[in-house]
Amino acid sequence: MTDIASETDVLLQADPRDQDRAAQKRHSPIAGFWRTPKSRVGLIILAFFVLLAIFGPLLAPYDPNALSDDLLQPPSWDHLFGTTQTGQDVFSQFMVGARSVMVVGTIAGLVATVISVIVGINAALFPGIADELLSALANVFLVIPALPLIILIAGFIPSGGGWITVALVISVTAWAWGSRVIRAQTLSLRNRDFVQAARATGKSTWSLITVEILPNLVPIIAGSLVGTINFAILSQVSLSFIGIGSSNDWNWGTILFWAQGQQALAQGAWWWFIPPGLAIAVLGMGLTLITLGIDEFVNPKLRPGGLDKKALKRAGVRSRVGYTAVLLEEEPS
Amino acid sequence: MKYILRRIFFYAITAWAAITINFILPRLIPGDPVQSLLNRFKGQISDEAAQSLYVLFGLDTSKSLWDQYIEYWGQLFRGDLGLSFTFFPTPVSEVIGQSLPWTVVLVGVSTVIGFILGTVAGVLAGWRRGGWAERLIPVTSFFSSIPYFWLALLMIAIFAVNLGWFPDSGGYDIFTDPGWNWPFIASAIYHGILPALTIVISSFAGWMLGMRNMMVTVTNEDYVVVAHAKGLDERQVNFAYAARNAILPSVSGFALSLGFIVGGSLLTEMVFSYPGIGFVMFQAVQAKDYPLMQGVFLVITFAVLVANLIADMAYVFLDPRTRSEV
Repeated sequence: MTDIASETDVLLQADPRDQDRAAQKRHSPIAGFWRTPKSRVGLIILAFFVLLAIFGPLLAPYDPNALSDDLLQPPSWDHLFGTTQTGQDVFSQFMVGARSVMVVGTIAGLVATVISVIVGINAALFPGIADELLSALANVFLVIPALPLIILIAGFIPSGGGWITVALVISVTAWAWGSRVIRAQTLSLRNRDFVQAARATGKSTWSLITVEILPNLVPIIAGSLVGTINFAILSQVSLSFIGIGSSNDWNWGTILFWAQGQQALAQGAWWWFIPPGLAIAVLGMGLTLITLGIDEFVNPKLRPGGLDKKALKRAGVRSRVGYTAVLLEEEPS
Repeated sequence: MKYILRRIFFYAITAWAAITINFILPRLIPGDPVQSLLNRFKGQISDEAAQSLYVLFGLDTSKSLWDQYIEYWGQLFRGDLGLSFTFFPTPVSEVIGQSLPWTVVLVGVSTVIGFILGTVAGVLAGWRRGGWAERLIPVTSFFSSIPYFWLALLMIAIFAVNLGWFPDSGGYDIFTDPGWNWPFIASAIYHGILPALTIVISSFAGWMLGMRNMMVTVTNEDYVVVAHAKGLDERQVNFAYAARNAILPSVSGFALSLGFIVGGSLLTEMVFSYPGIGFVMFQAVQAKDYPLMQGVFLVITFAVLVANLIADMAYVFLDPRTRSEV
């Protein structure tokens, strides 16, 4: 909103061609999304971790499992994140672990989102018994606490299964929220004029879904995908931290599992448990910011309130409900 | 009333689903992990206890699946969840019975505190858009992304190991006598502060963000503008008009958030070796104690359902529309 206000000023001064370009830029959804500070920060963070997942394992200076004589060393140039109780290099474990975290999170998120799209759209398009059943199923999975269920399922799989199993188990429990949001949005789209018009021209249900409805669901689906990936990463790391799941695979949860088990806390080995947890939190923050950015993109009401504080002060306005709204609506005209 | 009945019906379905998942899971997994456990404890288990484990895990393959299912239900109604292998030969129900009060008090109290603090902060943030609270959002999204168990580790590192203000594990001083006496209760509170703080900090941000978003939506409604135009005092508009309506989704969304918070709280208990049900689950997972794992899952699910029902009743109290018999 602040941007719109300042842009109006610019538009008044600039020559018409710039004006066109600026207007175009303003209307491009991608550019609008990028300009929201939240989503920009989020995307930059995400890009960093994607790079880490791609190149991390290649850049790891040591074998993450290799023991050495440098026991419990604080960070140094030889060992950027120090070493563990058994002389393993924490930085190498961290770099190697990045890939597993991102891959499992992405796969689980993708599978869960595909399920939620299928369930959500079908529930919305086939009212009656199908909708009732699908919605009830989604609600049941929403209410049953996910982490204990994941722990239970993963615990039953002999030796925890590989990382693909872990990703699938997580996605089984993670699809419900997305499907509810998608169902709600599809329901509201279904009765809009353009969908009704397409239906009246005799289009098949399939083409209604793919041509008319799906494109309008993209922001919602994207938001739910990012949110699910976030949840999946947390779940996977939690599983590894408890010591189930892919135990011979390094990820950030595994590092914390060993740190906790080998008394890193009592020995003050902060370099051992700070980096992995911090990375999880920063990555989670990035994903949350992207979700928030998408939310704001879908629902402009959620954008941070109108003018910033200084501008308000200059206008002699105290930020207050009702008043701000009036100010904003008059501004662009 | 109708609303509550509908919710109870739904929770009954959920409970049935959870029990059925519990029934099906061990029967899907090849290799009979329980059979190998049984073999290990051969001779130490009474016939009766062995029989109940046979029913729980479907080791008796001579019976049809349907008969097994009926038998399973019958056993659940008698409160028989089998024997725990970790705490051999204590029955699972007894192990859970001992640990459940710890979890209910710790998670219950800290969840409620987190909800109240987060909601109030969300009301303030949504009310004054563009103010300081707005700038807190990236910070809160960072805090909400911190895994519970890592925050718990940090708490221990800072307040228990470095500063030595609080104990780093356990639920009470082992030199006190558990019961309704002051030294024990005081030590239990003292031990509970760090885990509770962890849960409050972690859950706070989610409530705040949700409430803030609802406040922003609600403050654009006509009735809020009208309340303003009437010249009502700002605080009155905020709490009696805007917040009162904005809180509804928070309460009805309690169910969804609760599952997540409970999951995180279990991990917190594990890190603190708190004598609650999360730590029991941790021990069960470590030891592949399947009867205990299943029992814990069921009890946690039931506890969450009960908490949801309470939230529903609060919802009926807050939203008069649910009370009208239309």
